Amino acid sequence: MGLETVFGHSYLTTRLDEAVNWGRKYSFFQYPFVTACCGMEFMSVWASTYDIARFGAEYPRFSPRQADVLFVVGTVNEKLAPVLKRVYDQMCEPKWVVSFGVCATSGGFYDNYATVQGIDKIIPVDIYIPGCPPRPEAVLDALVKLQEKVARESVLDRKYK
Amino acid sequence: MNSYLLGTFRAKFPDATLETHAFRGDETVTIKKEALALAAAWLRDDLGFDFLMDLTAVDYLPREPRFELVCHLYSSKHNYRLRLKCPVGAEDPQVDSLTGVWSGANWFEREVYDMFGLKFRGHPDLRRILMYDGFEGYPLRKDYPLKKRQPRIAHRD
Amino acid sequence: METKKQELPKNWTLENLEDGRLVLNMGPSHPAMHGIVRVLLTVQGERVVDSDVEIGYLHRGFEKTCENVTYNQCVPYTDRLNYVSPFINNVGFALTVEKLMGIETPARCQYIRVIMSELSRLTDHLTCLGANAMELGGFTVYFYLINAREALYRLTDSAAGGRVTPAYTRVGGLSRDLPPDFKKNTAEVLKTVRRNLADADALLTRNRIFYDRLRGTGHISKEDAVALSFTGPVLRSTGVPLDARKATPYLVYDRFDFDIPVGSEGDNYDRYLVRMEEMRQSMRIVEQALAQLPEGPVNHPDYGVILPPKEEVYGNIEALMAHFKLTFEGVKPPKGEVYQAVEGGNGEVGFYLVSDGSGNPWRLRVRPPCFPLTGGLSQMIKGAYIADIVSTFGQVNMIGGELER
Repeated sequence: MGLETVFGHSYLTTRLDEAVNWGRKYSFFQYPFVTACCGMEFMSVWASTYDIARFGAEYPRFSPRQADVLFVVGTVNEKLAPVLKRVYDQMCEPKWVVSFGVCATSGGFYDNYATVQGIDKIIPVDIYIPGCPPRPEAVLDALVKLQEKVARESVLDRKYK
Repeated sequence: MNSYLLGTFRAKFPDATLETHAFRGDETVTIKKEALALAAAWLRDDLGFDFLMDLTAVDYLPREPRFELVCHLYSSKHNYRLRLKCPVGAEDPQVDSLTGVWSGANWFEREVYDMFGLKFRGHPDLRRILMYDGFEGYPLRKDYPLKKRQPRIAHRD
Repeated sequence: METKKQELPKNWTLENLEDGRLVLNMGPSHPAMHGIVRVLLTVQGERVVDSDVEIGYLHRGFEKTCENVTYNQCVPYTDRLNYVSPFINNVGFALTVEKLMGIETPARCQYIRVIMSELSRLTDHLTCLGANAMELGGFTVYFYLINAREALYRLTDSAAGGRVTPAYTRVGGLSRDLPPDFKKNTAEVLKTVRRNLADADALLTRNRIFYDRLRGTGHISKEDAVALSFTGPVLRSTGVPLDARKATPYLVYDRFDFDIPVGSEGDNYDRYLVRMEEMRQSMRIVEQALAQLPEGPVNHPDYGVILPPKEEVYGNIEALMAHFKLTFEGVKPPKGEVYQAVEGGNGEVGFYLVSDGSGNPWRLRVRPPCFPLTGGLSQMIKGAYIADIVSTFGQVNMIGGELER
């Protein structure tokens, strides 16, 4: 609950949105929740060839309280599900979730007693990246899409408690 | 060497040996489960099988005895491999633990317990390893359905 | 719904805790634990008194799944066992089924499998050492080594059509032959790898900080390592020269000249040195294999084993029927059981296959080299500083997909 809610959807808030979103979208602090094979491609995205730093999202925070974007990289099974939920709950608003690879998106070709059929069964997801694992180009594309999504948000959208 | 190893084994454990064979170069001994720990200790100490490469089980439902414990041994001294098996019935799924012979058996046996529900007498810390507490049943048993999930937290819709 | 409470081992109640001791939880999502594993520590000050390693956070039912698919459908699943060296798993699985069926692939196929396995070993060790260096503060080295890995990924991508998960082998052959300019590209890539390795070597090997954090930590004796079923670089660092490529040669490994590096102390620094040397040996093998690479087919000639070429399928009824049967029912090995070991990045990867004569495996068990290693982790970190766990864990090179399957 901030001062901006007093103004409602007016000129002031749209100008404020632009300023805030510009800042947010070019400085994602990410929490890499790396579990499986996709982590290998995640490392590649990080490294010099693809260089995620060009998009301002290279800085990993291993404390969920300091992170904006949760990258769920790889398969999540039933044993891990409470851990993921807890990490997500500990993140502060505003927060976004990227589901990296098909296992996180839908369980992929693991459809058995152990695996969760997509992390959206546990937490809400903003961007899904297909691929097993996705190529680094796909990850960068998803990051740009997330930036576009963030740019469309309004400071009034999120319910601050 | 082929028949020598199996022959020596049969001579040492004439009553406990159920079957020996060599298929595609893999030499196999099947013994009664009562003699497992004894045979394992003898194989390590006298025949030099210093590595317990693998310990696992197979579910042969509906055959009786239903389970089979399978150990793959390797001798670095003789550069030789041996498969040691013992049948385990479903009504009394208990075997002697091999942790006293090879300390590496600890986690392997925990996994077999977790996946098949075979119990190991004398194991120092027998509890689930891959699945979680509260998980019911043993997933690698043939009568456990492939897609039967037991979530720890409620799923969203 | 309440989260089901995790039960602790018997000696872990807080009442049993002696004065001055503290229980510390590391993981499952921890920055220095690449992979997800949980370590419960009892510490006295900075020293680890006791620990309990809990795994299973990446258990995804590989073995149960494989019982429900055909043999060739298992191949993509094997990619994701040790996803840092996927070709080695592919090769191990294919060799196991071929052993059960009693068939042998053409020479060219065997050479290609060797080349791909060794390139995979390179990516494995590069990732392991890069991540290890990063966790110990050497971020630059990470970039150098990942750069080399990137070059290797592009190379394997050109051959198999996948960077991390290639699914290159089939029972009785390969999914495709090597691309025409593979030899030339490999020579260039190996040049890059050598340059990056030299850089990493210069930055790490005689680096005071790196040396001090690795030397003497994570120590294990030769006897303990053998009793705990250790294999691979961790076993070899204690001075046991066991390597499945030399001990029980498979494919055409007996035709190459290469050495098995061993350590003497059994600590993390020796593991680092062993891995560095293994990469050089792998490159030697690749170069020899490429020089000897014979021409000819890559697949077994029998259409009961391998899919016939497309032009045959469209032009002749036998091939069409073979294609149909193989696609729907898969290859059918005879009844029986076999165990085949290959040398993976972390040690002996063993496949134990039980067949009932149908198109699906009755049981497919993988002996994961990480599993005993992680089981022995408690022993390796006992008495060490908390900070040493990071270097020891890094050198154990736990790969979740293989550990928990």
